[in-house]
Amino acid sequence: MTHATEQEALLSAEGLTRWYGRQLGCRDVSFDLYEGEVMAVVGESGSGKTTLLNLLSAQISPSAGRVLYRMRDGVTRDLAGLGEAERRLLARTDWGFVHQDPTMGLRMGVSAGANVGERLMAVGWRHYGEIRGSATSWLDRVEIDPARIDDMPATYSSGMRQRLQIARNLVTQPRLILMDEPTGGLDVSVQARLLDLLRGLASELKLSVVLVTHDLAVARLLSHRTIVMKEGEVIETGLTDQVLDDPQEPYTQLLVASVLPA
Amino acid sequence: MGAVLELIGVSKTFTMHLQGGLRLPVLAGVSFAVHAGECIVLAGRSGIGKSSVLKMIFGSYRCDAGHILIEQDMERTDLVQAPARRVLSLRENTIGYVSQFLRAVPRVPAIDVVAQPLFGNGTSRDSARARAADLLHRLNIPDSLQNLPPATFSGGEQQRVNIARGFLPERPILLLDEPTASLDSENCAVVTSLIAEKKRYGTAVVAVVHDETVRERIADTIVDLTQFAAAA
Repeated sequence: MTHATEQEALLSAEGLTRWYGRQLGCRDVSFDLYEGEVMAVVGESGSGKTTLLNLLSAQISPSAGRVLYRMRDGVTRDLAGLGEAERRLLARTDWGFVHQDPTMGLRMGVSAGANVGERLMAVGWRHYGEIRGSATSWLDRVEIDPARIDDMPATYSSGMRQRLQIARNLVTQPRLILMDEPTGGLDVSVQARLLDLLRGLASELKLSVVLVTHDLAVARLLSHRTIVMKEGEVIETGLTDQVLDDPQEPYTQLLVASVLPA
Repeated sequence: MGAVLELIGVSKTFTMHLQGGLRLPVLAGVSFAVHAGECIVLAGRSGIGKSSVLKMIFGSYRCDAGHILIEQDMERTDLVQAPARRVLSLRENTIGYVSQFLRAVPRVPAIDVVAQPLFGNGTSRDSARARAADLLHRLNIPDSLQNLPPATFSGGEQQRVNIARGFLPERPILLLDEPTASLDSENCAVVTSLIAEKKRYGTAVVAVVHDETVRERIADTIVDLTQFAAAA
């Protein structure tokens, strides 16, 4: 029998709506995300995907609706009810945010090792040797040669930077990862390697992931479930293969039919 | 003993929005039951919806009406109404599916493609890989290929990797979509005996098979879908 808390969602969106003045960001988005589940959010640019990510990570506040998150102590809290310090602690420890542009998620002025170690220091690690040891093993896990630990991320290729960003996020053992087009802008061979890495890490570490992508192949490879957004609203949801193999809505059918076969 | 899998009044219509909302009714009222150790072969002309039935049981196609009842641990689930999480857990523990074509993942070697369904359910990686290697050997995939990603394999080799992946985990229900379509007679015989072993083990099998010899050797019951064809 599964433990009681595993039956409860880690993250729930309830009627999430966000207006930018008279411009709609997203409207009435609701879903539950459970531990170990990867959910893809697909839709073209301007469909509200990034607004949704920013709402989920409490970087912006909703015009209506709420986001519930089950904290490590098992208590489910409304993000709007958290203090600034609590929110920052969550963002630094229990959440990861992988940006499309790794320079947004990395500190370009410090070494790769420091980029990874910094998140550990933020949660109270002080022993230099332990921090360096952990950073080294994480670089290795994301397939970066540990000999490059003291190099600046500026000297890294874009694929390496993206993997470094992932290591920086995972080092604190977060439970929730939000990803915004993590493979966008990478060439395909680098993409394949990154996708394979992400797939392995997500299942091994039982991560819950919200993955924003416009690439349906990425959604198929990485996610269990998919929600399709158009003009700020969720128009279709389901198991990923169901949404991609048997799309119901006109827009989803168009999306699926528009993919060029390789 | 009750049925492991039962379809009651299952219907499927495709609506093609890109063709002006064209509605294609395919199947209506599909009903049959499968018991442990039994193999049902779906029959009917090409395009009648044999693969669609398998996909509805696996949950990758939606079902417009009816019930798909699955028995697991004394508990009955109607797949048509079950939430996505439940369907995922049934796929992890109860329903195996061998699709017509392998969807190759870049960079992952064949042996891991096969062993992967066992990863994470208590089996160690080494023993999962050892079992995967045994099965691949039986299907005549040599060691030299096992450590390569299957993207560059021939059609028949890919299909055998796909079969190994579907057959390795022991699941009470196994769905097979043309498992022998691109295989030579030697490998065809291997797959036929693998299916027979599954049946002896108590697996309920639903298969789409065109090859007459294979069909005769594995089928306990043939369900002709022609009787359920929807009036267009």
